Amino acid sequence: MHSSRPAPQSGFNFEYFMWLFTRVSGMALFLLALIGIVGAFWMGARTQIDVGALLRWTFFPNPFHVVNTNIPDVTIGWATAYWQIMQMMIIFFGVTHGINGVRMVIEDYLESPRKRLLSRSLLFLFWLFLMIVCVYVILYS
Amino acid sequence: MALKRNVGLRGLKYSGGGPMLAWILHRISGLGIIIFVSIHVLAGFSTHVVGTDWGDPVNRVYESLPFQIFIFFCVLYHALNGMRIAILDFWPRLLEHQRMAIWLQWAIFVPIYGLSVFLMIRSALTSG
Repeated sequence: MHSSRPAPQSGFNFEYFMWLFTRVSGMALFLLALIGIVGAFWMGARTQIDVGALLRWTFFPNPFHVVNTNIPDVTIGWATAYWQIMQMMIIFFGVTHGINGVRMVIEDYLESPRKRLLSRSLLFLFWLFLMIVCVYVILYS
Repeated sequence: MALKRNVGLRGLKYSGGGPMLAWILHRISGLGIIIFVSIHVLAGFSTHVVGTDWGDPVNRVYESLPFQIFIFFCVLYHALNGMRIAILDFWPRLLEHQRMAIWLQWAIFVPIYGLSVFLMIRSALTSG
């Protein structure tokens, strides 16, 4: 039997909140990717960058992702506070979604509540660490 | 709720079928993305913020064509499969058509992925 796990019982509890968050953040990331790709074409991606750089920019609109292209000056348009805010949102939704996903995978194979508590604590610290590092990189770039 | 959930090692055995393939690919692609993003961010942090060079070999791997083809598979598959799951979860009446939804997902995935990979390989060959 490999049926998928049932959706958690709705209500004010952690599992249900993360179940909902996973779906909502996934769709938010779709929207953010759409904003990235439309913005790139708006700024002249069709003639200035190749498909690899376009995809990198779509996943994460960071100016470092498009430096080795034919864009004359990334500081015009591509490296702005607007795109920094988009990056922050991608990082928040993406990292939280991803770390929660790792928690789901780990807890499928961990039974003891103590081990689960330990893995959750470590994952929370890793989430915090990754968020801080990402914000540093975004503000620096 | 959480504690009742246990797949165990039997969950790793492939039992065939589109839904099982979607489940295992969703896990593999999701783990691929989180591992890639973590290491990539740390390498970027070391290169641009700290100013050390241990991230350079890591970045060279990421910039290579095979890796970009792999990570694009992960991202596109995970995105489309996640969208299918979200749609079926929010509109349970559509579960009646869930096997067709998996085929529809492949029908969307294959042209987008195929065309992107073709363009990536072509631009890599022409730019040398």
